[in-house]
Amino acid sequence: MKWETVVGLEVHAELSTKSKIFCACTTEFGGEPNSHVCPVCSGMPGTLPKLNRRVVEYAVRTGLALGGKITVNSKFDRKNYFYPDLPKAYQVSQLYAPICRDAGMEIEVNGNKKVIGIREIHMEEDAGKLIHDARNNRTQMDFNRCGVPLIEIVSEPDFRSGEEVLAYLEKLRETLLYLGVCDCKMQEGSLRADVNLSVRREGEELGTRTEMKNLNSFKAIGRAIEYETERQIKILEWGGKVTQETRRWDDDKGESFGMRSKENAQDYRYFPEPDLLPLYIDDEWLQRIKDSIPELAHGKRERYQRDFGISEKEALVLTEHKNISDLFEAVSAKSGEPLEAAHLLTGEIMYLMNNANITPEFLAVDAGKLSVLINLVISGKINRNAYKETLAAVFDADVDPDEYIAKQGLKMVSDTNIVGDAVKAVLAENTEALADYRSGKEKAFGFLVGQVMKKLGGTGNPELVRKALKDSLSV
Amino acid sequence: MFDLSTLTLAKLIRDREVSVKEAVCGYIDEIERTNNKYNAFITLAKERALERVEIIQAKIDSGEDLSLLCGVPIAIKDNISTAGLKTTCASKMLSDYVPVYNATVVDKLEQAGMIVIGKLNMDEFAMGGSSETGIFGVTHNPFDETRVAGGSSGGSAAAVAGKQIPLSLGSDTGGSIRQPCAFCGTTGIKPTYGAVSRYGLLAYASSLDQIGPIANNINDCAALFSLISGGDIKDSTCVSEKSFAFSENNEERMEGIRVGLPRNYFTSGIDSGVKEAVMSAVKEFEAAGAAIIEFEMPLLEYMVPAYYIIACAEASSNLSRYDGLKYGYRSADAKTLSEVYLKSRSEGFGLEVKRRIMLGSFVLSSGYYDAYYKKALQTRALLKDAYNRLFTQFDVIISPVAPTTAYKIGENIDDPMKMYMGDIYTVSVNLAGLPAAALPCGFDGDGLPVGFQLIGDAFSEEKLIRIARIYQNRTNYHNTTISAGRK
Ligand SMILES: [Zn+2]
Repeated sequence: MKWETVVGLEVHAELSTKSKIFCACTTEFGGEPNSHVCPVCSGMPGTLPKLNRRVVEYAVRTGLALGGKITVNSKFDRKNYFYPDLPKAYQVSQLYAPICRDAGMEIEVNGNKKVIGIREIHMEEDAGKLIHDARNNRTQMDFNRCGVPLIEIVSEPDFRSGEEVLAYLEKLRETLLYLGVCDCKMQEGSLRADVNLSVRREGEELGTRTEMKNLNSFKAIGRAIEYETERQIKILEWGGKVTQETRRWDDDKGESFGMRSKENAQDYRYFPEPDLLPLYIDDEWLQRIKDSIPELAHGKRERYQRDFGISEKEALVLTEHKNISDLFEAVSAKSGEPLEAAHLLTGEIMYLMNNANITPEFLAVDAGKLSVLINLVISGKINRNAYKETLAAVFDADVDPDEYIAKQGLKMVSDTNIVGDAVKAVLAENTEALADYRSGKEKAFGFLVGQVMKKLGGTGNPELVRKALKDSLSV
Repeated sequence: MFDLSTLTLAKLIRDREVSVKEAVCGYIDEIERTNNKYNAFITLAKERALERVEIIQAKIDSGEDLSLLCGVPIAIKDNISTAGLKTTCASKMLSDYVPVYNATVVDKLEQAGMIVIGKLNMDEFAMGGSSETGIFGVTHNPFDETRVAGGSSGGSAAAVAGKQIPLSLGSDTGGSIRQPCAFCGTTGIKPTYGAVSRYGLLAYASSLDQIGPIANNINDCAALFSLISGGDIKDSTCVSEKSFAFSENNEERMEGIRVGLPRNYFTSGIDSGVKEAVMSAVKEFEAAGAAIIEFEMPLLEYMVPAYYIIACAEASSNLSRYDGLKYGYRSADAKTLSEVYLKSRSEGFGLEVKRRIMLGSFVLSSGYYDAYYKKALQTRALLKDAYNRLFTQFDVIISPVAPTTAYKIGENIDDPMKMYMGDIYTVSVNLAGLPAAALPCGFDGDGLPVGFQLIGDAFSEEKLIRIARIYQNRTNYHNTTISAGRK
């Protein structure tokens, strides 16, 4: 019998609200340690939480977008444990009445579609960070992240492979980005996933699972799943037993280590948070949140094809990341040339991003400058060569296209006299190619066009060049 | 000055017949003279007070009308956060803790031109009924210094009874304002849950705690209550929309008022002296024209257990933040992280606090939650329903505050069960979130004050205070000074 991997995911997404979940401090990433704190989020005695309604809206938005049931009578609970990054020694979370239940998401792997169940989505506050100072062997606390709002998206154990997990995470990331609720930067920890994994012989009962933490990239998640699957199979094939435990993934070493087993598992002593009133979401509020849900990727995909006549393939690339589709929409609106904008973003910009090793979330190009360029090339002010060159300069150094074109002399040469002179000179210098052409070698024509363009510094009007050359040759 | 009502003193200050400095320094002198007897104060904030005196006097001189208690000194229970002024909860854990922010009530008092002149003694973290458990020593009852002042707001009641301060703030989680008021012959109000902001109150049990006023009479209490009540954006559980509007009345009749009398509160476990004095108050209500209606209070045997389960559960979580890391006491010989937690908390908390943390952790732990905590919540819901029904029949309920008068210092300290049963008449009010006023109604055979309480429906403070005022308009127990009270 074949072994089967069974995975469930707990995804933590930091919500990109301006202020924290229970106080007015900023949620901005980074900052001097302990500069984004106040008595409330640093857990000073006597302080009380005040729920940020925007957090509820973001959580509900996510729940609705994932097809879940919203708990209109929701509430918060305290999860009690001691750790230095948790200044109150409890985390305000949701156990008994999470904001959303019974959601799900369809994924596609190798052409096979499958729905992954999402058991619940709940709101909670993030903890701080411990910073280990190796110089004096001290650990210091930074509470900036304390109280940053999180949603935890808990899936059913519906995954059967690492590919499925990655497909789900990709799609979840895309959805959260489109919803505008999370910036999904795994490196900054704003999107984190814990993997619950067990193996079994196909058709058998679920095996003992382990929980893996500290997975900081999709790649790490893929590797960790592979590693853990093999580890568990090896144990079972040798007649051993998998220990139910939490394991820490070490991406550098490429292996995971046991942290704590079930026997010394914490008892979190959950109970209803008495400092917050039960959360009631009335119809009007729910409707307002529904209305605030932006168009998601698949909606955009269809609209781009329908309204702009963009190909399915390009529409897919444009909507893969919200940053790209945002840029596309801005450039097409500004330039009035959606098709050209689509070509630009799926072609040249993708190429430049790949070369510069930039992922979509860090793409920062000025939409205004791109639309200026598009209009310049379409109206014949510059040719495609100049377009590409200026584009690269805009991409790399954020130059002003008009200035750059003027400075580099990239304006398209459409003056028949200048082009004619260049043709004459080229024909005079390339008698061999000329002879080739005359003896019927069509290829030589292309070479000659290239030479004329070169003479014109790449800025010649290509049609004009061809026409002038043809005319001269037919004489 | 010390025998005037606070409202009269306040008027003299406003009319500039008494200066703010005279009032504040007069009381500071009195505290310095008597505090070794009562030990009601933990911290005397002399300099802070004197600075404020100048500012407030200048405002009064310029004709600014800050409030009806402007310029009056006040002292605050030491579990209420005061910026720059030590807030210890009478615990070794916080004996050097200086908060960076003011509780909302403190801000409100200072905006009203009152002068905070010190912090008052209490049971450690407000856990107790005798003010014996704090590390700064026992608070003595001004009526008999060999006896306790009650608790946990013992310092708040004793300081007012001992004329060290005209007004104080206490907090009431299961009777902690009312019981010391009864023991010390003072008047106090435990407001409706949600009437006064808890922001800055170092939590014992969040769903039960309320801050309230203590004074020598209901008028002064009501005036102070009008300053501290009302909504606060920093406290989501503080739901009252507007603050209490103070007004005086000179009525002496109670025609049409329906007073519920829980018959079963008087059958057993209550001292005869207490019973007699409370029944004399009932007679007074009757004489004033109120209708007295006897009834059987349901769930009596479940009140104390439900209270201790809920209060301790919340406390176990609320007190977890005192971990020796960020502020407060840290054990000197802790070497590892778990030793910091273990030793700091073992050494920093007193016995009663540890007992309640352990009880609370136990009732919340998996496998016991349903058997204890959930049951307690169900009891609480039943109790709320019962009170809701009762208040369709009555305007107020009259009841004893405590089964005994002030006991001897050390008498009950080793008998927690006896201590806990002392809360039998008070805890249901907190569980149901209701308002109650404790008022003096006589003395027992030893000349010790006896108090009774009037319990009202949620947010019925206005009615409650009006009825209490009629009672005090007809009686004089609230004006009995320490020396006159004692035989
Ligand atoms: Zn904050």
